[in-house]
Amino acid sequence: MPTKIRVLPTLLFKDVGLIKGVRFDSWRRVGSAMQAVKVYNMREVDELVFLDIAATKEARSPDYAIVDELADECFMPMAVGGGIRNIEDVRHLLQVGADKVVINTAAVEIPELISQISRRFGSQCVVVSIDAKKMISGGYGVYTHAGTISTGIHPVDLAKNAEELGAGEILITSIDRDGTLSGYDIELTKEVCEAVSIPVIASGGAGCYEDMAELLRATGISAVAAASIFHFTQQTPLEAKRYLYERGFRVRL
Amino acid sequence: MNIVSIVDYGMCNLDSVARAVEECGGKAIITNKSDEIDRANRIILPGVGAFPDAMKNIRIRSLDKILGEQVIEKKIPVLGICLGMQMMATMGCEGQSTEGLGWIPGRVIRLEPFEDDSRIPHIGWNEVHPARPSILFAGIDPGKDFYFVHSYHFCPDYEEDILAKTPYGKGFVSAIQRSSIFGVQFHPEKSQRIGFQLIKNFLSI
Repeated sequence: MPTKIRVLPTLLFKDVGLIKGVRFDSWRRVGSAMQAVKVYNMREVDELVFLDIAATKEARSPDYAIVDELADECFMPMAVGGGIRNIEDVRHLLQVGADKVVINTAAVEIPELISQISRRFGSQCVVVSIDAKKMISGGYGVYTHAGTISTGIHPVDLAKNAEELGAGEILITSIDRDGTLSGYDIELTKEVCEAVSIPVIASGGAGCYEDMAELLRATGISAVAAASIFHFTQQTPLEAKRYLYERGFRVRL
Repeated sequence: MNIVSIVDYGMCNLDSVARAVEECGGKAIITNKSDEIDRANRIILPGVGAFPDAMKNIRIRSLDKILGEQVIEKKIPVLGICLGMQMMATMGCEGQSTEGLGWIPGRVIRLEPFEDDSRIPHIGWNEVHPARPSILFAGIDPGKDFYFVHSYHFCPDYEEDILAKTPYGKGFVSAIQRSSIFGVQFHPEKSQRIGFQLIKNFLSI
């Protein structure tokens, strides 16, 4: 039997630069993240993805103190990404309570990091996150640095390479759909999903439960990630799973 | 109160196991010191990572000898989690063949993909079906979901060591038991309420 479809809320952190060095603001930001972790913990969500999308752009390491605080309240699996550049960053994140690490820019710039993490901590520990955009010329292109730098690499090539190097999962995000609540990019997800044999998590665009069902019918993905739908609407991960269950998908209820 | 030594052999994320134990009413000590392990009345052998590295780390700290005394001679209840369960086998076949702790006869082999598109690694929630009654699964309905994240699995030599199975791919053994030695392939510390029930059961033995 295949595994059960996971529904993962994504917690994104950005604009850290605006409040950098201002402790009060910084704590307030953590406060709301902590609130989200507590709520999701109580509601027993499948897994949590925590991404600091400003870290790489600001050329700083992951914020271990924040991850440590959040992990103490998080009795569910937690994947952490943002600013990871070397094996020491990974070791430190796992030590403070991350279960998996998510690498994005580093997967393009220092692909050997994928094999290093995989060899030392196991492939299940490394999620390669790919942010992709539809090109004017047709086809897709990978962007790094939180979607700001075009690499000219095709997401399928990056996904295959990542699998080869020992990645345990691929998180594919459509930049075009992100935050739009207009549905997942099915074509992009399908291409990546068919190119690899490791689990694929789709992200970017979920606006309603049917968007998830539609993606699942069309592709072989293992998990759906979403942020806006859970932050800005009344919809919840549990209701999403009930909806999927009623339509014949295997989920944990 | 039960004192639980969580064996630290340098393979990370012991914190979440320790917090889960404390939530379940035990006193957790993360340690690799023989006197501390000696004082505990429960042992948890956690683990994330690769089998050969883990066994190397166990042996250079002489933990195989210390744990052997506690587990085999003194019969202190032990719970292996994920790689910690796998290390209880005779042999691990991850990359190269590596000798395990040998507490429960068996081999650790790679999960095989199956025709129904069972992707490897096996990551996510899946059902655990006990093969026989056990205190470890007391109060937990058969088929409840636990959190898995692994590419290898334990193949016991003897049927009677099988405690539970999970229907992924061709199906695999997701829990083992031989007297006071327990092992689970899933992560109870990350399986929320149902995982805590299992840890409480282990503490109550």
